[in-house]
Amino acid sequence: MSLRTPMRRVLGAGSARGGVHHWWMQRLTAVALVPLSVWFAVSLLALPSFDHATVAAWMGQGPTALLLILLVVVASWHSRLGLEVVVEDYVPGPGARTVTLVVVNFVHVLLAAAGVLAVLKVALGGAA
Amino acid sequence: MPVRPLSPHLSVYKLRYTMLTSGLNRITGMGLSAGLVLLVYWLLAVAGGAQAHARAERVLSHPLMKLVYAGFIVGACYHLVAGIRHLVWDTGRGLERAQSERSAWLVTIASIVLMLLVGYGAWLAMTRTP
Repeated sequence: MSLRTPMRRVLGAGSARGGVHHWWMQRLTAVALVPLSVWFAVSLLALPSFDHATVAAWMGQGPTALLLILLVVVASWHSRLGLEVVVEDYVPGPGARTVTLVVVNFVHVLLAAAGVLAVLKVALGGAA
Repeated sequence: MPVRPLSPHLSVYKLRYTMLTSGLNRITGMGLSAGLVLLVYWLLAVAGGAQAHARAERVLSHPLMKLVYAGFIVGACYHLVAGIRHLVWDTGRGLERAQSERSAWLVTIASIVLMLLVGYGAWLAMTRTP
């Protein structure tokens, strides 16, 4: 039984019981990003050139497209979780904090969606 | 709501190696979030076709961008190595003071080695392409 008053719950004082999930997802995405980021750095630097034809041909390969999509989605997720903690720590006042958290979330969903769309477009033959 | 101090009371602690390595992990993480924006910009440019890519190239291959890329290499290498240290801590290992001091040194050395390796790879890639 909770001893907190309904007013405390509404004001968001104390635990919202979402902490474990946030913590766990931060670690899960971190573990996934270890091989993904190493793969990305190695294969990017191994490209013979950074001109459009070379990069598009590389992005269009199935395995590359798959890994790039995973990288963008997982990195966006990890970045979102990390920045949320920074905002919660340093942005003062519940109003400004909530607005900043909303912006952080929207921007990251936008980044992930745009990145996935871009890779899919190249992989499925939209960009010649 | 009453005005309460926020949890990391940055100003009241003496700066120590544990605080420095942990703070750097957060700062490099924030920098890498900016890198994510650049990554998506680059992916969109490639998807936009040869012309859109050529327009983005003017920004992406600007000489000053080399500094930005160098910053991302430094930040990514540090965040990767320091992040692995945090994952080890999460298993409950290495939390003793002497151990964490040793791992702070290990993270510093390993991330510098990694930065040099990736930096060398980037230098090779840049000299290979115009």
